[in-house]
Amino acid sequence: MAQLTLPKNSRVGAGKTWPAPAGAGKTRRFKVYRWSPDEGGNPRIDSYDVDMDSCGPMVLDALIKIKNEVDSTLTFRRSCREGICGSCAMNIDGTNTLACTQAIGDIRGDVKIYPLPHLKVVKDLVPDLNQAYAQLASIEPWLKTTSAPPERERLQSEDDRARLDGLWECILCFCCATSCPSYWWNGERYLGPAVLLQAYRWIADSRDEMTGERLDDLQDPFRLYRCHTIMNCTKTCPKGLNPAKAIAEIKKLMVARR
Amino acid sequence: MEFRTSAKSVHGLGSAREGAAHWWAQRMTALALVPLSVWFAVSVCRLAGAGYGAFTEWLASPFNAVAMLLFTIAGFHHAALGLQVVLEDYIAHEGRRVACIVAVKGACWALAAACAFATVKIALGG
Repeated sequence: MAQLTLPKNSRVGAGKTWPAPAGAGKTRRFKVYRWSPDEGGNPRIDSYDVDMDSCGPMVLDALIKIKNEVDSTLTFRRSCREGICGSCAMNIDGTNTLACTQAIGDIRGDVKIYPLPHLKVVKDLVPDLNQAYAQLASIEPWLKTTSAPPERERLQSEDDRARLDGLWECILCFCCATSCPSYWWNGERYLGPAVLLQAYRWIADSRDEMTGERLDDLQDPFRLYRCHTIMNCTKTCPKGLNPAKAIAEIKKLMVARR
Repeated sequence: MEFRTSAKSVHGLGSAREGAAHWWAQRMTALALVPLSVWFAVSVCRLAGAGYGAFTEWLASPFNAVAMLLFTIAGFHHAALGLQVVLEDYIAHEGRRVACIVAVKGACWALAAACAFATVKIALGG
């Protein structure tokens, strides 16, 4: 059966508390998941009291402040700090989102920060995304054609280009896939909402000539049909996209071509 | 260490190239069950307290017999399709998953056959 309780080595214990420096103004408590392969043992939750008077407004600002000023061993991914690279995807206040676009002020009480759910943890807030990237590669997310390359760019009408809106904006942070119970239970076979949205992005592209082959590869009880439209993906997407709709469009095309 | 790449496990045995028929059948049986379930519920309420004779007379009418056949066939077909999806979701062990699906589908077939036989027998004056 699906595993509904954590295995022994995943039970999360209490960790260290790092008080705010003397003379701090308004403080907020950040409770952060910590696990290091070098130390072994079970994961723990460290508490950091951060002086908000000298901290930026976003959760990522606080994490960077903690790493710079309090505890340099805290490990997380970040790059663009403006919601376009997808690196700082993590579970904040119970929701998968980007630390750089999540305002601390929008969270009530302690700020609880965990890695993306149901992935292997490399260290602290860094999950192992190798499987997800391999799944993305498997749908061949690039323009595929059978006709000879034209002399110049492959043209597209404005209407056809508009059909890609809501699809091309995906930054591959995998917040959606890791919020999906179907992906938790069957992630090794179900492609998950992020990859299926990417698959549909190429199916919907008027310039792509391999639509049938793409649908062939997706038509599978596990790769596609594990989606039961519970829409966690759409609810959690930090870019406001709708992967559930993209998956539904793929399912409609599967019926349309019968 | 298994020394296998992520790509190897993602590609697995390849696409089954099926699933659309299952998905469509689940939607169509759901659609059929909307009026059929209403008819069934209303009929059960109306027949509350009626004796065996009154019930068999009711079921022997062509409309009720056909509706009952449709209701039981669509109902068990829908149940078999839906339970298969639930079992595929939650049972990770392949052997146990296949065994449960076979058992559930067998039970649905048996119950559907029993219902159909009983309906036909009563309708044809058995």
